[in-house]
Amino acid sequence: MATAAVRMFRRLEGLFCVYKPSGVHWKLVRDSIETNLLKGLNATPSQPLPQEVRFLAQPSTETEAPKGLTLSATSVPVLSKHPLVSGPEFQNIQVGVGHRLDAFSSGVLVLGVGNGNKTLNDLYRTRVTRDYTLEGEFGTATDDFTHTGGVVERSTYEHITQDKLERVLAMLEGANQKALLMYSNVDMRSQEAYEMAVQGLLGPEGKSAPILTGLRCIHFQPPNFILEVQCLNETQKYLRKVVHEIGLELRSTAVCKGIRRTRDGLFTLQDALTRHHWTAADITQAIRQYHSSKKHRKRSQSPAKKPALKTSEDVTAAQQNEANEEAAVGKIKKLVAETRS
Amino acid sequence: MILKLMTMASTCAQLCLRCRSHLCSKTLTSMGKYYAQVRHCNTVTKVLTKISNGLFMWGNHTTLQTSLRWKQHMCYYSDLTAKYLTSEAKEDKHTEDLVRTDVVCPAPLLPTRDVVLMTENQVSFDLDAVAELSALEEITDEEAVGISSPSVVPPASTSLRDYVDKSETLTKLVQLGVNLWKLEQRPHVGSMLLRLDFNKDVAPRLLFLKEVGVEDSRFGYIITRNPFILTESLENLQTRVNYLKSKKFSSETVASMVSRAPYLLNFSVKRLDNRLGFYQQQLGLSTSNTRNIVARLPRLLCGSLEPIKENLKVCEIELGFKANEIQHIVISVPKVLTANKKKLSQIFDFLHNTMKVPHYLITKSPQVLNTKYLRLRERHCFLEYLGKAQYDPTLPNYISLDRLVSLPDETFCTDLALGTLEDFYLFQKTL
Repeated sequence: MATAAVRMFRRLEGLFCVYKPSGVHWKLVRDSIETNLLKGLNATPSQPLPQEVRFLAQPSTETEAPKGLTLSATSVPVLSKHPLVSGPEFQNIQVGVGHRLDAFSSGVLVLGVGNGNKTLNDLYRTRVTRDYTLEGEFGTATDDFTHTGGVVERSTYEHITQDKLERVLAMLEGANQKALLMYSNVDMRSQEAYEMAVQGLLGPEGKSAPILTGLRCIHFQPPNFILEVQCLNETQKYLRKVVHEIGLELRSTAVCKGIRRTRDGLFTLQDALTRHHWTAADITQAIRQYHSSKKHRKRSQSPAKKPALKTSEDVTAAQQNEANEEAAVGKIKKLVAETRS
Repeated sequence: MILKLMTMASTCAQLCLRCRSHLCSKTLTSMGKYYAQVRHCNTVTKVLTKISNGLFMWGNHTTLQTSLRWKQHMCYYSDLTAKYLTSEAKEDKHTEDLVRTDVVCPAPLLPTRDVVLMTENQVSFDLDAVAELSALEEITDEEAVGISSPSVVPPASTSLRDYVDKSETLTKLVQLGVNLWKLEQRPHVGSMLLRLDFNKDVAPRLLFLKEVGVEDSRFGYIITRNPFILTESLENLQTRVNYLKSKKFSSETVASMVSRAPYLLNFSVKRLDNRLGFYQQQLGLSTSNTRNIVARLPRLLCGSLEPIKENLKVCEIELGFKANEIQHIVISVPKVLTANKKKLSQIFDFLHNTMKVPHYLITKSPQVLNTKYLRLRERHCFLEYLGKAQYDPTLPNYISLDRLVSLPDETFCTDLALGTLEDFYLFQKTL
């Protein structure tokens, strides 16, 4: 018979994403989320203490003949099972982090709880692209490519126009596309390569050099500019280096003022939880959303099924949801299933 | 010792493998007498398995002890029991017992061993034979009552939960709300609590705290934080309370200080005096002001003075506050004295260099130095985005720093930023 805390934990297993603020180490984010989840889990009402029957002797009659000995049977609670003695029910939870974000960057950070960690591993073994927004500034070059590092060089930037920037970005994109083809280990002259390219399946397997699959400028106001990047297997330091190299290509210098991850695989900014929502209740809701969106995706990926089968699938899915989730939400889903069928 | 056991293990291993099938896994608390013989066979085999397991030697002392005590009562066994009875139920003797039992085992146990080695039917046959002896023997009522069931209190354990049901002190402490689980993780505290006697040690001190004015509901919190208040002598506790009262702290203030800083009364009068003197001289505060900040933050009297001296130096040199400004800040927000230096500098840097707030404004609303850096940054950036980041009181549309940091999110959005909470959360995702 699972306790309320264990039932709540079952509902917490899955993936969700948070918005990591800049200036904070990813480990602190993970630790504070684990603390909040533990707080929520241990706040659930605990089981009542088991009772034990003990024979308590009356004090005065111990030395007398046994005929005078009176033992009273009393039912006392077993204190060794009390949470103040045995500790809280949950003492740590496995919260795993997806692709890490260093302290300087901000943005979407995917976390997994319990069984969700296995899904996390699988997710990062497949080829998953990420979206970043890079804010840069012309005129300075620093040692760690950020605007807070030690300045190495200063230069003018009046000669830079948007046209020149676009040309440099196109050149970089071309180079990256070539790298993509090279790392995909397929003979470019074969039919197989063409089919894979058509479906968008060309890409490196496993670890490889960082590749930018998309690069464009969304804002240009010298000295500031903002780039949007889609990339694979990258690190944030590499992206800052890209900004630095763009500055060099334009015969000037550039530093990166901010990196923001707007998408990590299928997790977007929309689903990300801000700091004020890092509580057990909000995280449970986010995980529920993730599970339901996963089911939607599975259904949409199998369009060959007949409509009749589909509705029965809906009904069974709804029934499953009912079983797993709270009564209130279950009722809503029941209503939805009834209106559908 | 362990090596010896290991060699014994190799000899007994084979036997144990066969005997293990007959191990009965019942608990030892409530046992009928007719199981005694079975227990004997099985506990002996259990002893052998314990030897073979080697490492488990030091665990499960309960079974060994209880089995030894059972044997003490059952006097009608072979000379094997005589060997057991001569042994004392002490840890260091256990190894000798086991050595002896192994040496003794081969000879007298052979008959029973043969029984055990035979099929189960034959074992049960033997059981019935012996059961008759024990169950149907009539004993007087005195003997019946005299047989005390062996208590399962282990002589050594890593946790207090084995002792909490038996010890009156621990039971009463749990009822008061003391978190024993947290306390047993501190070294030696668990044994100290076990050794206390409730009526002689704990009760007088709780009564003393009650006299001082501490509420009953706070006892659990105080003992969980500071279990050593139960070992401090009553005269010392009384002297320290008298000292505080002599410094013109009212009794309610003393009560609130003791309940919020559990370690307070463990410090000597000299140390308390030293600290009060330091705050008075270093900060140049009057006596009533010193009393005020100490009453509001009693842990100023508990910790070491070095971090506080460093904080004062930071305020003076790095942040550039004048002496009277520091005085004012400390009187309104005494927590600045115990704040983390790095975080203090970070917040001040953001306030002064990014938000362009001058020193005198920070002194006027010192609560800004007490907030979380992320919170301040989010709110300031939101106001800046909306064009409302104006902190100078002389100009129109002025935002007071106090309200900026102390208001909850919703009020901040509606009153100061004139926007909605959702907008604020959306904006946070663009930072």
